[in-house]
Amino acid sequence: MAEVKLYGFWPSPYSHRIIWALKLKGVEYEYIEEDLSNKSESLLKYNPVYKKTPVLVHGDKPIAESLVILEYIEETWPENPLLPKDPYERAMARFWIQYGVDTVAALRAFYQGSGEELEKAATELLESLKILEEQGLGDKRFFGGESMNLVDISYGALGYWLAAVEEVKGVKVLEPSTLPRLHAWAKNLDELPVVKGKHSGL
Amino acid sequence: MASDQVTLLDLWASPFGMRVRLALAEKGVKYEYSEQDLVNKGALLLQMNPVHKKIPVLVHNGKPVCESLIIVQYIDEVWKDKAPFLPSDPYQRAQSRFWADFVDKKIYDFGRKIWTEKGEDQEAAKKGFIDSLKLLEGELGDKPYFGGETIGYVDIALVPFYTWFYAYETIGNFSIEAECPKLIGYCMRCLKKETVSKSLEDPKKVYDFVVMLRKKFGIE
Repeated sequence: MAEVKLYGFWPSPYSHRIIWALKLKGVEYEYIEEDLSNKSESLLKYNPVYKKTPVLVHGDKPIAESLVILEYIEETWPENPLLPKDPYERAMARFWIQYGVDTVAALRAFYQGSGEELEKAATELLESLKILEEQGLGDKRFFGGESMNLVDISYGALGYWLAAVEEVKGVKVLEPSTLPRLHAWAKNLDELPVVKGKHSGL
Repeated sequence: MASDQVTLLDLWASPFGMRVRLALAEKGVKYEYSEQDLVNKGALLLQMNPVHKKIPVLVHNGKPVCESLIIVQYIDEVWKDKAPFLPSDPYQRAQSRFWADFVDKKIYDFGRKIWTEKGEDQEAAKKGFIDSLKLLEGELGDKPYFGGETIGYVDIALVPFYTWFYAYETIGNFSIEAECPKLIGYCMRCLKKETVSKSLEDPKKVYDFVVMLRKKFGIE
């Protein structure tokens, strides 16, 4: 089996997505931390288009963009499937993963905002997460049902990362009173072995 | 699959809608086309895409699929016995997904700014747009299509945007062909295919549509 390397950036939730997926699949890999203020030759060679992390290198073949990498991992290591088999269910999973891409803009505004802008960003983030909770998660334990799948992985930042930002900003968005099911989901996610201990130091 | 009921909720000028029309044409799937009013959104659209309230939406036997590239992948997986869009090798599939995503991130966004912005912002958008097309030319290489010998996922993602090039060029006052002749040659090659020519709209009609939108948004 060819060697697997992951070029990542520890504060970034995008890198953690890949780590969780590789762990869930039981794939051995070498992790290489990138200094994004001083990008390595390797990173520039393996991701010339965006020059960003994460980048997965399998053998000597690079794959960039976290969601593309997740689908690659799913197809290359089919044990412990992380996407439904049924095409319609897969399309729904991909829809909710894509919804997260749009949620990132709301997360970023929340992270960067202050004063009135922060309040507005918090309200918008809450609205966005309400839809996710109501229509995406529903009453399921995880987006993947009884166990986590690519959708849960793609929303990992809503756990520890959002909690850290809420503490810094002094504003809470994801709470049992506002988003009971999503809050419970985040707690369950944080307890999983693949996730636990991954975010120390934040 | 003779009893399949397939409906496409769409807007004629939408490049995202054209992606789905092209995908359905490539697979030879019969469907009902339903033109949507995006100003006064109908009950069906709101029911089928409650989250985003956007087109395109593919309704297959009553169940809606939203987001154009997700719909294209769905079509590929359901009607899998004909004209596969994605290669079979996982690494090649990843490359196809990467470049289709690139089209979404770069071509649409820069293109939109060309017709909505002015001055420096518009110039920056034109540059970004051309630089992105050049990267795509590099990726195409000597292949007739991004999919190789036949049309594939990246072709389906990209070629509908050709219908908006005339609008971008006229409003932005520049020539895409002068900067990216290889890409235009590629688009012409695609248009020779019946599935493409019947799925794509007339660029002049699209231009009139964009002029109408600019007036409506008070751009100029």
